[in-house]
Amino acid sequence: MAAPAFEPGRQSDLLVKLNRLLERCLRNSKCIDTESLCVVAGEKVWQIRVDLHLLNHDGNIIDAASIAAIVALCHFRRPDVSVQGDEVTLYTLEERDPVPLSIHHMPICVSFAFFQQGTYLLVDPNEREERVMDGLLVIAMNKHREICTIQSSCGIMLLKDQVLRCSKIAGVKVAEITELIQKALENDQKVRKEGGKFGFAESIANQRITAFRMEKAPIDTSDVEEKAEEIISEAEPPSEVVSKPVLWTPGTAQIGEGIENSWGDLEDSEKEDEDEGGSDEAIILDSIKMDTGEVSNIGSQDAPIVLSDSEEEEMIILEPDKNRKKIRTQTISATQVKAPSKKPVKKRKKKRAAN
Amino acid sequence: MEGATQTETKIRAESGIESGPRGPGCSLRHFACEQNLLSRPDGSASFLQGDTSVLAGVYGPAEVKVSKEIFNKATLEVTLRPKIGLPGVAEKSRERLIRNTCEAVVLGALHPRTSITVVLQVVSDAGSLLACCLNAACMALVDAGVPMRALFCGVTCALDSDGNLLLDPTAKQEKEARAVLTFALDSVERKLLMSTTKGLYSDAELQQCLAAAQAASQHVFRFYRESLQRRYSKS
Repeated sequence: MAAPAFEPGRQSDLLVKLNRLLERCLRNSKCIDTESLCVVAGEKVWQIRVDLHLLNHDGNIIDAASIAAIVALCHFRRPDVSVQGDEVTLYTLEERDPVPLSIHHMPICVSFAFFQQGTYLLVDPNEREERVMDGLLVIAMNKHREICTIQSSCGIMLLKDQVLRCSKIAGVKVAEITELIQKALENDQKVRKEGGKFGFAESIANQRITAFRMEKAPIDTSDVEEKAEEIISEAEPPSEVVSKPVLWTPGTAQIGEGIENSWGDLEDSEKEDEDEGGSDEAIILDSIKMDTGEVSNIGSQDAPIVLSDSEEEEMIILEPDKNRKKIRTQTISATQVKAPSKKPVKKRKKKRAAN
Repeated sequence: MEGATQTETKIRAESGIESGPRGPGCSLRHFACEQNLLSRPDGSASFLQGDTSVLAGVYGPAEVKVSKEIFNKATLEVTLRPKIGLPGVAEKSRERLIRNTCEAVVLGALHPRTSITVVLQVVSDAGSLLACCLNAACMALVDAGVPMRALFCGVTCALDSDGNLLLDPTAKQEKEARAVLTFALDSVERKLLMSTTKGLYSDAELQQCLAAAQAASQHVFRFYRESLQRRYSKS
């Protein structure tokens, strides 16, 4: 959804890079205490999975994704579990309050875009700026000014003091963002305790002209029964369809016998004119003509017969030393009479030009 | 966008009974809709029904791959992303239902050899998800300016074991119901565009649910109309 270029299914390069960067930032920096996720050593452990859905790509998705991921991990609560000897009891969300993950620190990525070989530097580039930038530097830092991940892409060459300057800027930004996150988490906790409404529903700003709300609306369904009865009484009964299942063995039943293979015969195979009357009653049996069935009437000579699998209406194939013959028609009411013949007929799949 | 003009019209809810015996007492949950919240897609909308929320983005008419192009009309693609995990078979089947509904109303013949892509993201699921997806898709198509012959809406009905009819059920009600039926209705004559059902019910009950859904769809279409009036009115 984020951008017209992102197709569902295939992960583009950008998304693979983002994925890898976030993995390094969150997993390798050990921001989450993975030891606390263990339930029974060597046997049971909690697995945490973070699903990031990109909604809109207007530049710098790396920063936004890293903030979203770390806040989601801080906000998450897992079910409580207790171990007594060999017995593990998992409490549901109603029985005991869920437990938060133990998070050591919050790494947040800050991106820098470079232009003109390092002359100009932009923090938090938007989409247009990203398209024309020379290179990108991403620094993941936490509020204690520890660098968790640093990555430079597009092969720009940076001086040492440029990188140091970027890290100072990142430190300032991360401090601001971390405060914002803390405030939001506290707010959410307060609202949940007081029993107010929370979640996505509340993030829709009412004052915007593009937003609209409607409260619970009762629906009058008192005349539903009469209307329904009217409809049923006026409706026609469904047409009778009789299906006759044939039971071969216990567990295998067959309805109808299907229609004949229309792919054309393989070379040197004996042509069997099956009875096509096994299909359902609705179809008129005599007039169904399958391609191979028709060809078998005509192709009783030694000259190779041409078969084609195309779906054209009428195909006229020129055969050597032969008059033109109609090979197939698509209409059901064919006029050719099918002569049951069991003699082997040579069939060829390739078209041969009349020579 | 203009500043806040507070012209919210709240429909006064009566005693707010969620469900009762057949007859007056069925109610739709609280609705909210916001359009044009994403900058990249041509049209976007987020639709909330109670606690269920779905975000929809529409791209189109745009270029289409040669393998998928149709010579005389637009190719419609729908993608539904669940909240957790990768999309599976259930999402594929819902995508197909939504696509069939959209194809019936979108005037694809005006934009041949193009593609119209609808991407739906489930933000939270608390019952009647398919109906919410349909509503979000319709609002997003309107926001994108895709020509349509009618608007459409989705309504879910649940029949519980006593035979009571519940409109817009919550997740708990859906789980305990004997049958859950979802209908897509069009706005011109409230005819049926798509229906999908799960469970056991008689044909009389089917017709009753359909009639109830038609009554409910009137409210939904009124909501659409008011929200679009709010957006496009000059005062």
